[in-house]
Amino acid sequence: MPKLSSNGLLKRGVLLDLIFHNVTRLFAFLVFALLAGIILSLIIGSMPAIRAFGFGFLFSAEWNPVTEKFGALVPIVGTLATSFIALLIAIPVSFGIALFLTELSPAWLRRPLGTAIELLAGIPSIIYGMWGLFVFAPIFAETVQPWLKNSLGATTLLAPLFDGAPMGIGMLSAGIILSIMVIPFIASVMRDVFEVVPPMLKESAYGVGATTWEVVWNVVLPYTKAGVIGSIMLGLGRALGETMAVTFVIGNAHKLSTSLFMPGNSIASALANEFTEADGELYTSSLIELGLILFFITFVVLALSKLLLLQLGKHEGKTT
Amino acid sequence: MSSLYARRRMTNTLNLAASYLTMAFGLFWLSWILFTLLKYGFGGINLAMFTQMTPPPGSAGGLLNAIAGSLMMALAGTLIGTPVGILAGIYLAEYGSRGWLAPVTRFINDILLSAPSIVIGLFVYEVVVANSKHFSGWAGALALSLIVIPVVVRTTENMLRLVPDTMREAAAALGAPQTKVIMQVTLRASKAGVITGILLAVARISGETAPLLFTALNNQFWSLDMNQPLANLPVVIFQFAMSPYEDWHHLAWAGALLITASVLGLNILARTLFHQKNSQF
Amino acid sequence: MTPNAPTKISIRDLNFYYGKFLALKNINLDIEENKVTAFIGPSGCGKSTLLRTLNRMYQLYPGQRAEGQILMDGENVLDPKQDLNMLRAKVGMVFQKPTPFPMSIFDNIAFGVKLYENLGRREMEERVEWALRKAALWEEVKDKLQQSGNSLSGGQQQRLCIARGIAVKPEVVLLDEPCSALDPISTAHIEELINELKSEYTIVIVTHNMQQAARVSDYTAYMYLGDLIEFGDTDNIFTTPTQKATEDYITGKFG
Repeated sequence: MPKLSSNGLLKRGVLLDLIFHNVTRLFAFLVFALLAGIILSLIIGSMPAIRAFGFGFLFSAEWNPVTEKFGALVPIVGTLATSFIALLIAIPVSFGIALFLTELSPAWLRRPLGTAIELLAGIPSIIYGMWGLFVFAPIFAETVQPWLKNSLGATTLLAPLFDGAPMGIGMLSAGIILSIMVIPFIASVMRDVFEVVPPMLKESAYGVGATTWEVVWNVVLPYTKAGVIGSIMLGLGRALGETMAVTFVIGNAHKLSTSLFMPGNSIASALANEFTEADGELYTSSLIELGLILFFITFVVLALSKLLLLQLGKHEGKTT
Repeated sequence: MSSLYARRRMTNTLNLAASYLTMAFGLFWLSWILFTLLKYGFGGINLAMFTQMTPPPGSAGGLLNAIAGSLMMALAGTLIGTPVGILAGIYLAEYGSRGWLAPVTRFINDILLSAPSIVIGLFVYEVVVANSKHFSGWAGALALSLIVIPVVVRTTENMLRLVPDTMREAAAALGAPQTKVIMQVTLRASKAGVITGILLAVARISGETAPLLFTALNNQFWSLDMNQPLANLPVVIFQFAMSPYEDWHHLAWAGALLITASVLGLNILARTLFHQKNSQF
Repeated sequence: MTPNAPTKISIRDLNFYYGKFLALKNINLDIEENKVTAFIGPSGCGKSTLLRTLNRMYQLYPGQRAEGQILMDGENVLDPKQDLNMLRAKVGMVFQKPTPFPMSIFDNIAFGVKLYENLGRREMEERVEWALRKAALWEEVKDKLQQSGNSLSGGQQQRLCIARGIAVKPEVVLLDEPCSALDPISTAHIEELINELKSEYTIVIVTHNMQQAARVSDYTAYMYLGDLIEFGDTDNIFTTPTQKATEDYITGKFG
C-alpha cells in the first residue's frame, strides 16, 4: 500500500480541481461577456443618433456634418457592393485554386504552392491598400477601365455601371482589391476540405470512367458542401469588415451612384477616415451606429452560416 | 455516344484549364504585390529607419518610435490575451461536454474571430478612451488582445481535442486529479500546437491597423509611455501613405515591407514548429 | 473458486447504462485476490464496460452511470462519497493502445508516484528502476531514461505503461486488451509478466483472444450482450462449460 500522505493531499486535489474548473469556466464566460459588452457599448454609443434619426438612418443618403444630418445608406451600399464584387470574383477563383492544389498539381509543387497561398492570406491588409492606391489604380485607370467602358459599357443595359471618368479608384477597384485579399482565405479552407475527401470515394467515381472535372463537380463538391459554404461565409465576413484594403481606393465620397467607377464609401472606411475628426455628439454617435450596423450585418452572416451548416449536418444524419 | 463523350472531354479540359488559370491568377497577384513591396520599400530600409523618429513632412527621419510602440503593444496585447484564450480553450476542450456554456461560447468565439477589427477598436474606444478622455497605448494593447483571444481559444481547443482520450484516461487511472491531467499531460502533449496558435495570433495583430486607429492613435515623438497615445507602424503607414508627401511615402513603403517581413516570418516560424513537432506524434 | 480464498472485489447486482441503453445487466461476480481473472466474449458484450466500472473510469463521460454495488475490501466503490482519485491510486489500468505521456521515460513512471508520495531523488530513482524491472523493461531502457517515451517500440511502450501502473503499487491491476496492438513476441513477454505479477497483485484482464485467456488466467467470465453467462475456473470453462452459449463461443460457432 503506498505511503499516502493522508487525506490532506487528496482533499487538496479535490479543491484544486474545483478552483481550476471554475477559473476556466470564468474565462470562457468572459468570451461570452465580451460579445455582450461589444453589442451593449455600441448600442449605448449609438443612442443619440438612433433617437435623432430612427429607422430612417438606414435609408438616408445624406451625410452632412455641418447641418448634422446623417444617413447610413451610402456606406451600407458601399460595404455590400464591394463585398459582392469581391465574392463574385473570389469564389470561382478560389474554387479553381483549391481544385488545382488537390487534383492537378504535381506532388512536389503542392506544398510550396499551398504555402504561397497561405502566406498571401497573412499579408496585412494595409499592404493591399497601399499597393491598390499606388500601383493598381493608375494602371487600372489607363487600361482596364477604358476597355470596360468601351465593351460592357457600350451596351445600354450595363452603361450606367461604367459611367464616369476612369480614375482608377472607386467601387470596382475596391471590390477587386478586396477579392484579391479574400481569395487566399477561401482558397485555403476549400483546399483543406477537399483534401479530406476519402480517396476511395473519388476512386469509385474514377472507376466508372468519370473525368476529373466530373469527379470534382459531382462527388467532391457535394461531399464537402458544408465546408465550402463555411469558407465562403468566412470570406464574406472578412470582406464586409475589411478596412484598410478598401479605404485607400474607395474614394471616400458620401455619394450614391450607380456607376462602379465612381467613388463611394464603406462603413469601415467611413469610420477609419472620419472617426478621429468627428466633433459633435451626433456626428460621433452616427459613426458608432454605422459600426453597430456593420457588426450586426457580420453577425447575421456568420449566424446564418452556422445555422445552415447545422441544417446540412442534420440532413445528412450527422447530428440529431 | 461519342459526341457525348467528346462533350464531356471538352468540359473537362476547359474547366481544368480554367483551374490552371486561377492558380496563375493567384500567384500573379502575390508576386506583383511582393515585388512592389520590395521595389518601393527596400530603398527605404536603412539605418536611419531604425534610429530616427517619424519626421514632419519634408525632412528625413525614421520609424523608431513607431517600431517601439508596435512592439510594446503587440507584447502587451499577447500577454493579456494569451492566458485568457488558453484557459477558455481548456474549458471548451476539457469541461465542455456538459452544460450550455461551452457550445454557446464556441459559437460566440467564432463570431468574435470574424468580427471586423474596426468594431473592436470602436468598442475599446467607448469603454476605455471615452472614459479616460485620452488615447493610450494600453487601449491599443487591449484592442489587440481582443483580437488575440478568439484565435488562441480556437487553436487551443482544437489542439487539445487532438490529444487522444486514452492519454487522459491513463493519467486519470493513476489517480491524478483532473487539473493535473490537463496541465501536466494533455496541455503538454499539445504544446507545439498551442504555441503555433499564439504565434499565428501575434502575426495577425502585427498587421492590424483598424483597431489602433482610435485607441492608441499615434505619436510623432519618442515615447514609451503606454498611458499616452503611442506611435505604431500601421497607423504611421496609413497616415504617411494617404498624404501627398513623397518622403513620407518612402517611409510608408519601408514600414510596410518591415511589417510584411515580420508577419511572414512569424507565419513561417509557426508552420515549421508545428510540422516539426507533429511528425513526432 | 478456491474455498476460503480472499475475495478482493465483489460485484453485486451491477447494472450499467450508456444514456438509456442498458449495457450491463445484473452482474454478480467475485474476483479473487492475487489471481488473474479474464473477461471474454464477442464484441459489444460489455467486458470492457465491466472492467471500467471497477475504477469508475466511465465517470469521465457524461451520460454513463452505474447502479448496484462493487465492494472492494468491504467498501462500496460506487458510493458517490468514495474518493475517485484514491480509488484509482489503488486500482491501476493499462489500456489497449499504449499511451506514453509526452515526457521522458523516467518522468512517465514518476508521474503517478509523485501524486501521492513524497519521495526524495534517490528513492524515486529506485522506485523507477523497480517498476521497470518488474515490467521487464529495465535492461532495454536503463541507459536512456531521459529520452521521450515515444521513442520506444510498441511492445516497449506497452511495458512502459505497465511499469507506470505498477510504480504506484496498486492493489488491483486492470488490463484492457493490453496485447491487441502488439506483435506475438511482445505479447508473449507481457503474458509472462502477468504470470509473475499475479503473486503480488489482483489482476483482471479483458481479452478478445480466447487462447490468451486460457493461457494466462485462473478464472474466466464469459459475457454476452451485457449478461454474465458463465463464470468459473478457466480450465473448467474451456473444457467443460456448463452453458451451451459458452460452449458455442469457445468452439468458435460464432464470434
